[in-house]
Amino acid sequence: MSADLVFYGFALLTVLAGCFVVFSRNVVHAGFALMFTLIGVAGLYAILGADFLAVTQTVVYIGGILVLVLFAVMMTRVPVHDAPRRGLDRMVPAGVFAVGIFALLYKVATGTAWPVVEPGAAVPTAKLIGVKLMTDAIFPFEFASLVLLVAMIGAAILIRERRAEPVEPAAEADAPDEAPENDQEVTA
Amino acid sequence: MTVGLAHFLTVGAALFALGLFAMMTRRNAVALLMGVELILNGANVNFVAFARYVDGGVDGHLMAAFVIVLAAAEAAVGLAIVLAMFRNFGTVHVDTVNRLKR
Repeated sequence: MSADLVFYGFALLTVLAGCFVVFSRNVVHAGFALMFTLIGVAGLYAILGADFLAVTQTVVYIGGILVLVLFAVMMTRVPVHDAPRRGLDRMVPAGVFAVGIFALLYKVATGTAWPVVEPGAAVPTAKLIGVKLMTDAIFPFEFASLVLLVAMIGAAILIRERRAEPVEPAAEADAPDEAPENDQEVTA
Repeated sequence: MTVGLAHFLTVGAALFALGLFAMMTRRNAVALLMGVELILNGANVNFVAFARYVDGGVDGHLMAAFVIVLAAAEAAVGLAIVLAMFRNFGTVHVDTVNRLKR
């Protein structure tokens, strides 16, 4: 019974903070509400016996992605509010669609006879996941590292400062070219 | 009613619907990315719940871990694009940014 209460606590935290993320007009507040959503999801993982994922969620999402999001909020210096106020012409269809999707998913989730097996006692999953990553899932594992490398390089290229203006005078453009030549002469 | 699979699936569905709503109504690109994170978390909750109640193994955990990896990559590239957008246009409102270059 107390386990049920823990579930309801984390579920409520997740969904309420999620509502705050969606409906808050202040982007900074939305970012901090997202933190509580992620904490709630990490708690749900822990309840489900996914100890490794709960820690990963905390470290990667809260420690990494969320900090990145808040940095982006600060660096873009947007007006604090998501102005202009979101119009009803957009809110109503989107709300109807989102509620419809939720109703459909809820109906499927509760109405389907899932082949549920009675879960056993939760066991530490880190070793199981590690073995699986090195055997069955070795290709996705290596591919994920490639994806991360590409994302890293791509982000660095996107964020790089471009040359000030394309209509730079030729004299200044020549200046950097002379420096390496001088260096070569010195070294030679 | 004791907590079971359907409860977790409901939370996942709620997160998915909230993220969808955020992506359809937000104008700020950073807030849009927050909506994407909500959707990915909703899907992840489903993966882990099925792993616990139906599969019994850690395959769902593995899938969720890969989703987290891809979310990290997506956040890095997405926020880099947002910053480039801000540098070029001076705004991150997706309604006003309708060109790929200056």
